Amino acid sequence: MTFRMKLLVGTGAVLSFAGGVALATGPVSPPARGTPAPEVKKHELPVSKDGNLVVGLCDGETSMEVKGVKAGESLTRAQAQHVSGALMEEWLRKNPNAHWDAVPLVAQAPAPGSTTPRTQQPRTPPPSSKGTVREGGVTPESGGAQVKQQLAVPIQDGHTYGAFSDRDEAIWAASTEQFVDEGHRVFHDAKAIGGTVGISCDMCHPDASNTHPETYPKYQVQLGRVALLRDMINWCIENPVRGRPLADGDPRMRAMEAYIYAKRKGVKLEYGKK
Amino acid sequence: MGNKFRSIETKHYAERDAFFDDLKKLDRRAFLRVAGISAGIAAGMGLRTPHSFQLVNVAEAQGTKPRFSFAYISDTHLYEKKLNDRFVRAILKAVDDVNGLDPQPDFVLFGGDLAQLGKPGELKLGAEILKSVKAPVRMMVGEHDWFLDMGELWTDLFGPPNYSFDHKGVHFVVLNSILEKDFWTERGLSPEERMQIVAGLDNGIQSRFEVGAPQREWLRQDLAKVNKATPIIVFSHSPLYKYYRPWNFWTDDADEVQALFKPFQTVTVIHGHTHQLLSNRIGNMSFHGMLSTAWPWPYAPEGLPKLTVQMNRADPFSQFDGCGDGRMDVLESGMVDKLYNLWERNPISVRASYLASGGKQDVPPRTKLPSY
Repeated sequence: MTFRMKLLVGTGAVLSFAGGVALATGPVSPPARGTPAPEVKKHELPVSKDGNLVVGLCDGETSMEVKGVKAGESLTRAQAQHVSGALMEEWLRKNPNAHWDAVPLVAQAPAPGSTTPRTQQPRTPPPSSKGTVREGGVTPESGGAQVKQQLAVPIQDGHTYGAFSDRDEAIWAASTEQFVDEGHRVFHDAKAIGGTVGISCDMCHPDASNTHPETYPKYQVQLGRVALLRDMINWCIENPVRGRPLADGDPRMRAMEAYIYAKRKGVKLEYGKK
Repeated sequence: MGNKFRSIETKHYAERDAFFDDLKKLDRRAFLRVAGISAGIAAGMGLRTPHSFQLVNVAEAQGTKPRFSFAYISDTHLYEKKLNDRFVRAILKAVDDVNGLDPQPDFVLFGGDLAQLGKPGELKLGAEILKSVKAPVRMMVGEHDWFLDMGELWTDLFGPPNYSFDHKGVHFVVLNSILEKDFWTERGLSPEERMQIVAGLDNGIQSRFEVGAPQREWLRQDLAKVNKATPIIVFSHSPLYKYYRPWNFWTDDADEVQALFKPFQTVTVIHGHTHQLLSNRIGNMSFHGMLSTAWPWPYAPEGLPKLTVQMNRADPFSQFDGCGDGRMDVLESGMVDKLYNLWERNPISVRASYLASGGKQDVPPRTKLPSY
């Protein structure tokens, strides 16, 4: 072991020891390190000249005078909604880059009444599909009568894995559709796939036609090797689309695969087909 | 140039042309005798002549000599060059093709969708490129040229989108068949958003294509002056029939438009928009789809006309495969033999006799690589 190596190992040991101490002491006593905890600033609300009620936002800065309501009076529901809306708008104006809905893709049904951007079109359902799940929550048609009928029939139960309701299934189906819809979006957006020449997937593959996912894996003659669907997606992104290939785990790649497979529902799986 | 040197290829083609010219001078009986003998000799020697050299090509030149020809370039979908020059390369290739035709066609039809998103830079680039076409150019409008400014700039550059003219005894009608009912005002869409929606084939927000009542009335008046025996050739960007609604391979008032052409003996519709080999026959009307220079489209999952012989599916690894341009030979009968000049493939002819015989005669070569 050279001197340099010893020095490195020694430094490493000291650092890890120090780190350990920091971890052990960190959460308990931050003020002990000499930096006093920042004081929580009190939100001083401005006083209204007319004695009106002033409402503050929890960001500690923004506030708003409510005309026609004196301090100490309570707001009606409509007034309160108006005030909170106005405050939120003001906050968004101050923080234009804030993303409230940067939620990762998780299994969650879309909120009732949520809409896709207005230029985006709901997908054409594959010919074999029976349509998507109806929105609007539980209704008399949601299957209550069916459940009652089934009560009389002896069905294997007491099985945790199978213990789910029609409502569960509806949520799962909606979540799947949401995943597929994200794929539809990426497939139709040259910028979303990182294209640099204005070309999006749907220009050559309307409704994901001629993507034939059911034929992969197969020997792709032009590549000289066996390819998966995602290899071909990346080939298109690199060549006609002039973008950078996506990593296997890239949410856009996963979503596009979901969309492409969804469009071929009912087609016979035939890997290796020429 | 004064260069006396002739390459082997030049000599070969000169001899070949002389040979075929002589053959054309033979009457039909003599021709068949020669064809039979030469085929026999060739077979006896174990030779197979290349496709372009086969005597069959001459057989049809005997009775059905074209009265004239015109070429086409269609669906070039240009972006501005600094964003994307892929499609610019393709239209230049097509311009070279039609300029290289010998003899030159009487005119060149441009089949619509010159631009991709109807932008001034795209349309003007296209107009500039088309100036280098040697033959006169007849323009037709496509939806990609129209829905940004509702045809304002296109009309400035190329004139009215619907017009008619007569050429060597044939009455030509050019339609603007990509009009759509207003889907944008109610949604509050900007012109760019409107254009982007129409540019998407599988975007169901848009309305379906139509010729529309005012233009149908114009057409009715135009046709009223024409003798019913005069052959009619119609240029329409969308197919003037109903093929596949979800992709707007479709004209909503096709039935009404076809009814206006019904009294005429011979009607041929040449259309763009579908980017594929496409043939159809409805009553007295033959329909021919044109190739795109930009990209080929897959066949729709349903609704394909029975008479269409599909083209082999395109090789995605080749920019030009499945794309191309073409030529129409207008026969004495007024019907059209259509040549698909497929880049990187052998050309394919769809003959008038194929459509007229309901698919019994002159069947084009069948596909080897069908659609998935």
